Amino acid sequence: MAKTFVSHNNILSNLGFDSEAVVENISKGNSGLEKFDDTSLLPEPFCASMTSSEKVKEKFTEIGDISKFTKLEQMMILSLKKVIDAANIPLNEKVGLIISTTKGNIDVLEKESSFPKSRAYLSELGKTIQNFFGFKNETIVLSNACVSGVLAISVAKRFISEKKYDHVFISSGDLVTKFILSGFHSFQALSAEPCKPYDKNRTGINLGEVSASVLVTSEEKNLSKEAVEILGDATCNDANHISGPSRTGEGLFRSVKSALKEANINANEVDYISAHGTATPFNDEMEAIAFNRLGMENVPLNSLKGYFGHTLGASGLLETIVGMHFMEKNILFSSKGFSDLGVSKNINIIKENTSKKLQVFLKTASGFGGCNTAVILRKVNN
Amino acid sequence: MSEKFFIKNYCHIKNQTVSVNGKAIFKDVPIALGTEDFSTFIKNAYKFLKTDYSKFFKMDNLSKLAFLAADVLLKSEYLNEKENNIALVFSNNASSLDTDRKHQAAIENDAEYFPSPVVFVYTLPNICLGEISIKHRLYSENSFFIFDRFNAEHLQLYANSLLRNKKAEKVLCGWVDFDENNYEAFLYLVGSEGEIEHNTEEINRLYNKL
Repeated sequence: MAKTFVSHNNILSNLGFDSEAVVENISKGNSGLEKFDDTSLLPEPFCASMTSSEKVKEKFTEIGDISKFTKLEQMMILSLKKVIDAANIPLNEKVGLIISTTKGNIDVLEKESSFPKSRAYLSELGKTIQNFFGFKNETIVLSNACVSGVLAISVAKRFISEKKYDHVFISSGDLVTKFILSGFHSFQALSAEPCKPYDKNRTGINLGEVSASVLVTSEEKNLSKEAVEILGDATCNDANHISGPSRTGEGLFRSVKSALKEANINANEVDYISAHGTATPFNDEMEAIAFNRLGMENVPLNSLKGYFGHTLGASGLLETIVGMHFMEKNILFSSKGFSDLGVSKNINIIKENTSKKLQVFLKTASGFGGCNTAVILRKVNN
Repeated sequence: MSEKFFIKNYCHIKNQTVSVNGKAIFKDVPIALGTEDFSTFIKNAYKFLKTDYSKFFKMDNLSKLAFLAADVLLKSEYLNEKENNIALVFSNNASSLDTDRKHQAAIENDAEYFPSPVVFVYTLPNICLGEISIKHRLYSENSFFIFDRFNAEHLQLYANSLLRNKKAEKVLCGWVDFDENNYEAFLYLVGSEGEIEHNTEEINRLYNKL
């Protein structure tokens, strides 16, 4: 089968408006998480990473009319534009567009919103972005809870392997809204302090908002310097519970097994795991169990939630991009917020930035509905 | 590349009727014209089909619709009690907006602020895939796509990719949409057995049949 690569990329977050600036901040240990006390969003104080609407508007004014696009659309368009510009390929009928999001423009349902409620339809979001750039094909919107961003990479690869497309652009994004905050708060899952994935004192998740975009392509020329080849990927359901992870990590275990099999590599050939690590008691425990069952307890692992919070439909794509940059730099970056192991099985969590020759990494995500996705990526430029 | 796949069975749920392979197996007659409502219909269909699964009553409308359509098809597959590798590739237009509006109503006014986790968990369209996976022990590929209308080509390509790459033995595909009181489900099972060729013309023909 033809090779597929994840190439040009962009991250737009409060840590920077391009991947390089964001990764630079991570390398310095800077987090985008801040404490908020804003009762228009949540009756109680909370901690999140939010992208300034003013800064987004300021940038968007250079390319479009801010009154016609929602905040999320502005963020996604700004992010995708940088990737399209860098890729420099004509947007013809062999180019696809995938939008990965859980809630899209859900904030237009608020009575204060100046946009029509019809903008809450995810296909409208897809059309808005498609039309802005003039994509020839109908947008594929993927909404599969918190695995959406990683699954989008699988989907892109699969449509390329079916010869529908030669190149697929993916743009992902979700906002921190009253809708999302109130929902996670009702689950008692939110932490008012910066999150501590895998730590014994972890107290729950923080939410975050970013947009992240990539090019997935079958063409080996003009790849970005941090480009990776997709070696294997899989999604498996826990078949256990709709809002809690499996106690045995069944779906995650199976998805990684299946991805390794397709990649035709052993678990010990993986140099680094970019895990999900939301900092809820059950999620982190489930991951520790699954990685132990896989014999991957010694593979260096981190969660990036301590830098960005949980960015929902964007998280998997965001964290894949960051992982690509780590690989290019040959540095394992610390899992922010972690100090003492708080899961029942041993896993090798990265405590401080460490140089290491990196070739292959595994990205995983798990989400509501019992879904788990794993993608294995190998560096192209050694 | 030459491997061929077939549609084995298909199911429609719309207009107060559950149909399998184009034939109505259950039709709910409303007590009076204009009183058709989804919750009564789906409960009556559930009883008629002897579904017997108490979690059904906790589900939101989209999950009830998707669950019942899937159950009708998977029941006749004599599935393994422990695990099955049937991928789920679903799509719709309204995502989970029916439940999103309920959650939004519960947080709209500060005086009546009462978000519920039982409602919130259903504000994702793929939850119905989780419900189906739990019932039928499917530890398999799941994906939920949003299109503004039924998109046979994408479903067909994606199912083919999963089957050809041995990511799944069979794929249950289709469209499950719930928006205000409008609903429609069309699911079909693809694999190596069946009479109907798995191509976009056939998928569209079956979709439009009822």
